[in-house]
Amino acid sequence: MNYIVEIENLTKDYEVGFWKKKKVRALDDLTLAVKPGQIFGFLGGNGAGKTTTIKILMTLLFPTSGTARILGSDISDVSMHRRIGYCPENPYFYDYLTATELMKYFGELLGLNSADRSRRASELLTKVGLDEKDWNKQLRKYSKGMLQRVGLAQALINEPEIVFFDEPMSGLDPIGRREIRELIIELRQKGTTVFMSTHILSDVEALCDEVAILRGGKLTATGRLDELLTRQGERQVYEVSLKNVSADQLPNGYSVRSIASGVIVEIDDESQIDNLLIEARKSGGHLISVQPVRQSLEELFVEPPTA
Amino acid sequence: MRDRVLYNLVLFVLIIIACAILLGDLTDGHEARTIVNIGLNAMLMFGAFIAIFVGVALVSKEIEKRTVFAIFAKPIGRGEFIVGKYLGLCLTLAVNVSVMGLGVSLALIYVGNTGLAGTIWPSILLIFFELTILTAVATLFSSFSSPALSALLTFFVFVIGHFSTSLRDLAALSSQSARYFFEAIYFVLPNLSHFTFVTNASHGDMPPASMLGGAILYAIVFDAILIAAAMIIFSRRNFK
Ligand SMILES: Nc1ncnc2c1ncn2[C@@H]1O[C@H](COP(=O)(O)OP(=O)(O)OP(=O)(O)O)[C@@H](O)[C@H]1O
Ligand SMILES: [Mg+2]
Repeated sequence: MNYIVEIENLTKDYEVGFWKKKKVRALDDLTLAVKPGQIFGFLGGNGAGKTTTIKILMTLLFPTSGTARILGSDISDVSMHRRIGYCPENPYFYDYLTATELMKYFGELLGLNSADRSRRASELLTKVGLDEKDWNKQLRKYSKGMLQRVGLAQALINEPEIVFFDEPMSGLDPIGRREIRELIIELRQKGTTVFMSTHILSDVEALCDEVAILRGGKLTATGRLDELLTRQGERQVYEVSLKNVSADQLPNGYSVRSIASGVIVEIDDESQIDNLLIEARKSGGHLISVQPVRQSLEELFVEPPTA
Repeated sequence: MRDRVLYNLVLFVLIIIACAILLGDLTDGHEARTIVNIGLNAMLMFGAFIAIFVGVALVSKEIEKRTVFAIFAKPIGRGEFIVGKYLGLCLTLAVNVSVMGLGVSLALIYVGNTGLAGTIWPSILLIFFELTILTAVATLFSSFSSPALSALLTFFVFVIGHFSTSLRDLAALSSQSARYFFEAIYFVLPNLSHFTFVTNASHGDMPPASMLGGAILYAIVFDAILIAAAMIIFSRRNFK
């Protein structure tokens, strides 16, 4: 099997301090391979080294040691950039260009002809959910979420074979997040590989085929999400929200939290949900929602799986 | 935005020329000479202003504002970026200098000195080549330092560059160690006095071909070295 991204023994030290240079290891001997055609989740908490890795792949940073290849070419080969896309973390572009102008400019850098540039620009700006009335506004007047949308759109102008999204959902409102989720799924359906960093677990669950988890610059786990979860010993928990009922009206033995409108009960056995509802109705309670929570995914995040 | 700045500058020079004509009326008989002096010196100053501020902004602002992140994910090499920025600004300067020069020529024709309106152009060419050096200096500094510092350093080079011959004279007079210091500066910094011909131009003189050719060659060699250095430094830079 050919890999679309191959990272070998990548290490990065940042030098900090003005006089006495101290070295901070942001990435420690990372080796990773990504198969084409999938949505690959690059996970880890704040400061884990996700952005550092992606910036090395984009040649914005030079690694202290190690190598990486994208689409079979060494990352130093800029001609390969014709076939990739990248949306930086908190993207920022030229203040005085409009979204349409920026898209066309980047299209030009990528060698698209003028007709394709205009067509792709309006197609993509629509797809990322940017309101058409804002298309011809200067980017300095954009909000954070609007810039994020432009950032995602510009990464796709050349119909790349692989895109690197550094926290694609950052700064987006709930509707925006849904739109971008749909966009990512659509990309995968068209065969585009999506390499995305995130720490939003619900996105990971909804989108990713495979993941890699970083902690303190080290890879702690990698593989198919479902397999990792099984290995971790999956423990499915449900949060049942009820209203018009208080904690003391429910029988003992439930793990209950009080909230403004009622209570949230945590249950680890699905069959117990019916019983709980019967009990709650006795004291006039109503069901608001039942939400499955995969505790094991969060655990995977914090603790590396042993074995 | 950038264009707007440049339009303002061009407008400003036109105003200067209008002033020169008025002033010329006062300094009875020498108006043409005054127009050349004020016009060409203003051209150099505004050109230097553009070269320094736009030159610095072109590279280091892009780094500071993180606009380079998306740019270098496109098939654009670091060296290509530097050369593109540099040549782009030189072209802008060429257009500006030409427009300003045309303004000065028109002013000269207006006061009836058609001869000077033609003979100033070789001096204008010298000003342009001086500006290409300044732009290269600004590009080099901004490839590794902050916009403010780059602008300041480039400004120093501009000022010292004009006194560079005096530096050598100073070296000759100084003690041994100070002499090495001044001579080092003399050799490292561009000698911008090669490009100064404004006063002579106001008398209707034209720079001899050897001076013109020498100065242009000097500029091209200096530009090439500075830009090559900027490319090397910029290619190794981490964008944090
Ligand atoms: N410019 C820098 N100078 C020094 N250290 C840095 C720099 N940028 C990042 N680091 C350090 O490198 C480590 C990894 O940072 P990185 O930005 O890659 O994390 P991340 O996984 O993207 O985090 P987040 O989820 O917050 O975006 C952190 O410990 C951070 O302190
Ligand atoms: Mg990050």
